[in-house]
Amino acid sequence: MTRQLAYTRAAMLLHWLMALLIFVTFPVGLVMHEMVLSPNKLRLMSYHKWLGVTVFVLVMVRLVWRASHQPVPLLASAPQWQRAAAHGVHVLLYLLLFSIPLSGWLMSSAKGFQTVYLGVLPLPDLIAKDKVLGDALAALHEVLNVTLLLLIVSHIGASLKHHFIDRDGTLARMLPFLDRSSSK
Amino acid sequence: MKHFFAVVCLLLPVPAHAAEYSHVQLDKSSIAFISTQMSVPVAGVFKKFSANIRINPSRPETGIAQIDIDLASIDAGSAEANDEVTGKNWFNVAEFPRAKFVSDSVKAVGGANFEATGKMTIKGKTMEMRAPFILKEDKGVLNIDGSFTLKRLEFGIGSGEWGDTSVVADEVQIKFHFVLK
Repeated sequence: MTRQLAYTRAAMLLHWLMALLIFVTFPVGLVMHEMVLSPNKLRLMSYHKWLGVTVFVLVMVRLVWRASHQPVPLLASAPQWQRAAAHGVHVLLYLLLFSIPLSGWLMSSAKGFQTVYLGVLPLPDLIAKDKVLGDALAALHEVLNVTLLLLIVSHIGASLKHHFIDRDGTLARMLPFLDRSSSK
Repeated sequence: MKHFFAVVCLLLPVPAHAAEYSHVQLDKSSIAFISTQMSVPVAGVFKKFSANIRINPSRPETGIAQIDIDLASIDAGSAEANDEVTGKNWFNVAEFPRAKFVSDSVKAVGGANFEATGKMTIKGKTMEMRAPFILKEDKGVLNIDGSFTLKRLEFGIGSGEWGDTSVVADEVQIKFHFVLK
């Protein structure tokens, strides 16, 4: 029974790949934002954009995957409000992982810099250069990222609480190497 | 009959192509450039320049051009970039406020296509440059459109850490558009 409750390997792969990308892209964005203009700043900005485009593509793959596969139900042992909260956080995370790269892409266009994925594949500029709009999108990108940070903290906090306090196997369902025998 | 044609010819306005154009309409003219940063083309312009151009479309070989660019008027895409490129590593406008192009010769390449050869001076360095361009006459107005590629490092533009051409490419495309009356 516990086996069926675990996520599929593909879902786990997508989840952890996304986690890894976020944990790299986020600090790169913070660091480059504070740097004065230099060749290294331009390099980091490009890497940040390439990572962001990868997140954008990956979140769409995840959404397609989720729409075409029955997600594992949340543990029935958890109270209703917790299941609602978990579900809400998941929906918001998907929304942010879609809207954050999108706002970055649009911001880049508005500031007059096209995004060229991996320096090879040019993404279309969906909007023309516009300083006011560029600054507004930069502010939006920041607010969305702060929200993402808070949600990820609660997402991780909840999974650790389930693992170490409730000991209900919630975390194990997403980790291929954790023993799931403790799952209720 | 012969006299009739002579009279008609005298009455006709002087055909535009016989005229020499020398009044540059600065507000309709532009000098722009495209640099490549991390494989991304980034557009910029020089907002202030003066241009002394004399050209007769029926005898373009006698044309002359002298262009002076106020380098501090650069718009490289963002305020941060403008501060950087007017500084010491790039144009060093405090010491070299102007760039200059003076033509030596103009030759016809075929059709409306021509090529100006001349000397470009930036940051105290003078290099021979060839600038292909197209002439187009339209209702008493002459349009000159052309572009050429300049290697920034030959002039010492973007030295030091900016010399890394994998970040900012050596080749910069210069695009010019002059409207003359």
